[in-house]
Amino acid sequence: MPIRRRIADLAALLFATGATLFGLMWLVWILWTTVSEGAAAISPALVTQMTPPPGESGGLLNAFYGSAVMVMLALLIGTPVGVAAGTYLAEHGRHSRLAAVVGFINDILLSAPSIVIGLFVYELVVRPMGHFSGFAGAIALAMIHLPIVVRTTDEALRLVPNQMREAAFALGVPGWKVTAQILFKAAMSGIVTGVLLGLARIAGETAPLLFTALNNQFWSASLAQPLANVPVVIFQYAMSPYDEWHALAWAGALTLTAFVLGLNLLVRLLARRGNR
Amino acid sequence: MSPPPHLAPSKGAGGDRLFQLVTVGAAWLVLVLLGAAAASMAWGGRLAFETFGWRFVTSRDWDAVSGQFGALVPIYGTIMTSVIALLIAVPVSIGIALFLTDIAPRWLRGPIGMAIELLAAVPSIIYGMWGLFMFAPFMAAHVEPWLDAKLGQLPVLGAFFTGPPIGIGLLTASIVLGIMIIPFISAVARDVFNAVPPSLKEAAVALGSTRWEILSRVTLPYTRSAIIGAIFLGLGRALGETMAVTFVLGNAHDLSLSLLMPSNSIAAAIANEFTEADTELYRSSLVALAFLLFVVTFLVLSVARLMLARIGRAHGRTH
Repeated sequence: MPIRRRIADLAALLFATGATLFGLMWLVWILWTTVSEGAAAISPALVTQMTPPPGESGGLLNAFYGSAVMVMLALLIGTPVGVAAGTYLAEHGRHSRLAAVVGFINDILLSAPSIVIGLFVYELVVRPMGHFSGFAGAIALAMIHLPIVVRTTDEALRLVPNQMREAAFALGVPGWKVTAQILFKAAMSGIVTGVLLGLARIAGETAPLLFTALNNQFWSASLAQPLANVPVVIFQYAMSPYDEWHALAWAGALTLTAFVLGLNLLVRLLARRGNR
Repeated sequence: MSPPPHLAPSKGAGGDRLFQLVTVGAAWLVLVLLGAAAASMAWGGRLAFETFGWRFVTSRDWDAVSGQFGALVPIYGTIMTSVIALLIAVPVSIGIALFLTDIAPRWLRGPIGMAIELLAAVPSIIYGMWGLFMFAPFMAAHVEPWLDAKLGQLPVLGAFFTGPPIGIGLLTASIVLGIMIIPFISAVARDVFNAVPPSLKEAAVALGSTRWEILSRVTLPYTRSAIIGAIFLGLGRALGETMAVTFVLGNAHDLSLSLLMPSNSIAAAIANEFTEADTELYRSSLVALAFLLFVVTFLVLSVARLMLARIGRAHGRTH
């Protein structure tokens, strides 16, 4: 083999290995920063006190609560609609033109800029209501959750063997019962995976909340009012000049990252076990 | 899949119809949401488009006090950061895909692939915080003085690399963006590399090809349309990325060739200024920016999906 080809081959090998190390390096650096800065700021006050005014110490209790409420509500809105639309794509409309168009548009929604969705919900909900609200935030998050569920439901249902449908139909089971009681059961792990991945995604979304839920320094349980939430608190506190706020932002960042990555790992492990 | 009409059982037909209605309705809702989002952006931005016309995209005046809004700087910043991010992410992603499909020992492929995918799961606000507190100071202390000294004096190229080493700016934002889109491009690239028929690679090996020759003459040509699709997918992500860029770009409405200077992007301008926009025209200008971003990402992502669908059809798989 001519030396030039051997060098090119070695270069490709080194390049590919280097690229992988390059990619992993950032993950390690980002996680290390988050853990080391965040761990120093974790204290019991984090979950017992409210977000403080500038220059004082406090916690993130209201932000955790607000995030949890909005994310849960978003799941409650987005999941049924997403499962229904995904069912249409995979079952009733499998070969229809509408399903092809919806599948295409859904894939675009999947990567659409979330800030645009935030502005859309601002025009749709916040402006008519006249003020920011947790409800608007939940709708914005639901719009991000929706396409993820549509996609995974569609894929999960397509993996169900056709014989199962044929057997059920041959027994005279009505179509909707075939889908609801047999196919959903068979595709359940895939659909749950999608819901959990959606949860992991919307838990960290910041941009769509900036103009919908905004933030609230005080305890508020009302969805009709501006609602504190972890991502926007992190954003505002990190951008501020106060050290106490920076520390709280890091604590929030660590909690958020641990939750999101933990959920992702869990989903992957479950999916891997399911494949076996 | 519903049974042919003449076989449909009469019992439960009502439930069937209702069930179908619900699923069709949900599917339509996906379309309606996208259409309504586009329409509401266009409607909200009409005041800016009417007031400024083409000047909205060609003027660099962005002055809230005098009510002048020209979006050239954020548009330039968005395009510039995304292009540089691609320049970084594309070769790295292809390298990673090659490593994960051909080079790494089998037991290592799963864990490393998963670790790279986790990069995509990290919330963008975490990238932003890390960028602001760790990466920007690193750039200011180690990279930017070096660039300014070594490359700043060169003709033509030098204009991109002169400036104060403040860490916040186009280059830092581009690198952070590049890291963020690596997992998206490399995941697709890995999947399509794996989908190359083994017989093709085996034939190349039998002819004495090296790894590099297999990649450049078999794998890449064979997967070209999907790789282009993956690149557009990454571009779509980069164009619309908001929080990370907002942290490290600097929110400056000055047009500067230098990559070391603070700049602005469409998404960052909206995130920074929308809640402070105190006049109708100001708010309308930001919504008009969102409309432009929406249209451009829609087109870019459409190209991505079409290119990916092409290889999907050829191999009966989807991405």
